Amino acid sequence: MEHTIPEKHYLNEATGWKSWLMTLDHKRIGILYMIMVMFSFFLGGVFALLIRWELLSPDKILMGPEMYNQAFSLHGIIMIFLFIIPSIPAILGNFVMPLMIGAKDVAFPRLNLASWYIYVIGFCFAVYALFTGGIDTGWTFYTPYSSESTTAVIPILTAAFVLGFSSIFTGLNFIVTIHRLRAPGMTWFQLPLFVWAIYATALIQVLATPVLGITLALLMLERVVGIGIFDPAMGGDPVLFQHFFWFYSHPAVYIMILPGMGIISELIATFSHRRIFGYKFIAFSSLGIAFTGFLVWGHHMFVSGQSDLAAVIFSFLTFFVGIPSGIKILNWIATMYKGSISLDTPMLWALSFLILFSIGGFTGIVLGTLSIDVHLHDTYFVVSHFHYVMVGGTVMAIFGGLHYWWPKIWGRMYNETLARIAVVMIFVGFNITFFVQFIMGTQGMPRRYATYLPQFQGMHGFSSIGALIMGVGFLLIAIYLIYAIFKGKPAGPNPWRALTMEWETPSPPTAGNFEGQPILEHGPYDYDKVIPENALKPYKTI
Amino acid sequence: MKDDAAQRHILPLNLYLAVGSGLLVLTVITVVVAQMDFGPMNLLIAMGIAVIKATLVAMFFMHLKYDNKIYMLVFSGSLLFLGVFIIFTMFDTLRRGDIYEEIAEPYLKEAVIYRKAETTTALSHPAADTSNTASDTVTSDH
Amino acid sequence: MSQITEHPAHLQHHFTDVHQQAESAKLGMWIFLLTEVLLFGGLFCFYAIYRSWNPDMFHNAHAFLNVWMGATNTVVLIVSSLTMALAIRSMQLGKRKLTMWFLAGTVLLACVFMVIKYFEYSHKIHLGQLPGKWYFFEGIAGTNPHIFFSAYFLMTGLHGFHVLGGIGVITWLFIKTARGSFSPEYYTPIEMTGLYWHLVDLIWIFLFPLFYLIG
Repeated sequence: MEHTIPEKHYLNEATGWKSWLMTLDHKRIGILYMIMVMFSFFLGGVFALLIRWELLSPDKILMGPEMYNQAFSLHGIIMIFLFIIPSIPAILGNFVMPLMIGAKDVAFPRLNLASWYIYVIGFCFAVYALFTGGIDTGWTFYTPYSSESTTAVIPILTAAFVLGFSSIFTGLNFIVTIHRLRAPGMTWFQLPLFVWAIYATALIQVLATPVLGITLALLMLERVVGIGIFDPAMGGDPVLFQHFFWFYSHPAVYIMILPGMGIISELIATFSHRRIFGYKFIAFSSLGIAFTGFLVWGHHMFVSGQSDLAAVIFSFLTFFVGIPSGIKILNWIATMYKGSISLDTPMLWALSFLILFSIGGFTGIVLGTLSIDVHLHDTYFVVSHFHYVMVGGTVMAIFGGLHYWWPKIWGRMYNETLARIAVVMIFVGFNITFFVQFIMGTQGMPRRYATYLPQFQGMHGFSSIGALIMGVGFLLIAIYLIYAIFKGKPAGPNPWRALTMEWETPSPPTAGNFEGQPILEHGPYDYDKVIPENALKPYKTI
Repeated sequence: MKDDAAQRHILPLNLYLAVGSGLLVLTVITVVVAQMDFGPMNLLIAMGIAVIKATLVAMFFMHLKYDNKIYMLVFSGSLLFLGVFIIFTMFDTLRRGDIYEEIAEPYLKEAVIYRKAETTTALSHPAADTSNTASDTVTSDH
Repeated sequence: MSQITEHPAHLQHHFTDVHQQAESAKLGMWIFLLTEVLLFGGLFCFYAIYRSWNPDMFHNAHAFLNVWMGATNTVVLIVSSLTMALAIRSMQLGKRKLTMWFLAGTVLLACVFMVIKYFEYSHKIHLGQLPGKWYFFEGIAGTNPHIFFSAYFLMTGLHGFHVLGGIGVITWLFIKTARGSFSPEYYTPIEMTGLYWHLVDLIWIFLFPLFYLIG
């Protein structure tokens, strides 16, 4: 069946630079975000490859220890603040969420555009820091080193501070949108699970990010005026900085993973063609993760000198985070059970997520155990754990989501064969890179070192090969996705035969999203009741 | 949609004036009470009065009593998470010396700025100060 | 076409009606206030921890703050909160002139607050009761009294910035009201600024006893 691209859609309803830079359309803002965020991903990826290259040998290859410190700090800062935190909410949340709830736009379009500009300002500060001394504190900015380091700490703190505002604005906008702009008839329990996940994420964004703001502001004041809050020489307490920092940054871990879980819920339901199992459990477990995520930050500080009482409490509470995550995994697998699963590319990403995230999650339980963490703290075991969660979880979900909604965003389909090759490359490359790091960690290889004992060279080399495979895989994805924007086959409004509302619009959607006010006719996962009609007939002249 | 006029709930002038004077009276009370010493109760009394004043402002000036309850939820949510932040941090800071006293030492020490009079080199950074070894144990990260 | 004539000028295209738009604005504002609470929350946490470590020093240092100036400022801010609430009420009743008077009163009181704050600050700067390494006052018993003044300047300073912001926004509202931009049907900006201003008041209600009364 041949589809065509509709004549008028949001991409061509207005043309010229200005129509993009001044746009209030949530779809275009999503694309603006996509450009910046994916560029940051590329930048962070370059640093990752530099790190892996240096670690091919215990001797110096490219960088000395100082340069190496800068490379891993920049890798962390760019990947976390510029890529992974804004990624899913700002790109896919912006583009898809209003479509999913049948809204014409987000509640505050101007604020939405402002958040993008603020992101760009933060990006500029980060790049400025990169060229004026770099940064060698690690992405955590721990005191007292960060109040002494001679690198460009102030610009990078400003960058993170500014990016925080962007994140708050996005979160605020989404909460109000989901509360106030749902289509008539759409109750909370008819929301697609991606929307629930975005909602839970937005709650964390508005609750936690202000604390990051004040923390970074205090650190800047510490450096510039010497207020002495975190400086032991001034009667201050460096551990307090860690509390302040992790009160944001632990929940921020869930800002990173929750939207990814939302995408996976969509993918699994769509490609199993089956009503999602335990809808309410998945929805509430998102909120549960958001809440418990605020109670466990001290597990990053088991060896920092915090009180033993606090360490025990935080360790105990950490195990509770496993429960809502486990509920989700169980429900996804139960959804697939006896479903008619089609293994299209997005589903392959989703399955990779399931495997890799489970490994990441289980090793998280290991690290949350107080006594074990004392031994594994600051080793490659930790590095591997959070890469399994962040890359194996979030990045898999982002690319799953991008592949899933790419035909909606651009109206055109990518090359399925290349896409499948890319998933396999990433999955294999990822495991080669990071699985050995678990082993190295248990054998005592500490993180953040430019050099290592000769016995680790084999495993480090193995890991670096995996990184290269991943790098090539991502390059391949970039090539065929960009090619698809211009030359791909028209995809039609609903190529996956999904039931959520965004597939009822043409691809690409019109500027106002819907003709008039859409009214909900069926739930997002009513595969047992409804056969998605518009998938079977061409769009053309309706 | 609900009736617009009902949403607007214009409160009577006297109510605003009563709440305003209540706040002023409470301010006078708290200042007067603070001049007397009730030992550890000082904090509780002062904070109790502040909470009453804050409740008055939130309920009447900010219309929380009359508005949709979701705004109440948002506001109490912010207080809940602030409470979590402060209380959980205090699980650490109040009990740090429980097992090894020297862990609690660094923050109870006098800052270098007060050592000016004794020695001219006091302004050098304590990282170089060998007497301050305890601070080295508290700077690891995850 | 009749729909377009009914369409009020201040209704944005993506809302179905004025009510939905007003409620969205209000929810957004409350979430903004939530972020403000947590922003200040970091400083409250900082205060609470150092106070619990050095209660005697905090008690000794607080005696150097002027209770009467603090109390006057509390009264000033409470009255300004009242005038702000009354400004909204007057606009609900459609009394534009009265609204302008109340808004002007609010700005005036906010300025009085900042002037008193200025005198307090300059006195402390003069004596050397300053935050962090700038501290050179002698005569407060206890460990590290500069921490108290770090907390004092940070918290009242951040609050002061919020007062300054409020002055700016309320002045802008005054001009808009004078131009007749608001009506009993549409006064959302005044209402939202009111919420903000009450929160500023609310934070001061806690800062005042914490610093001036019990230390």
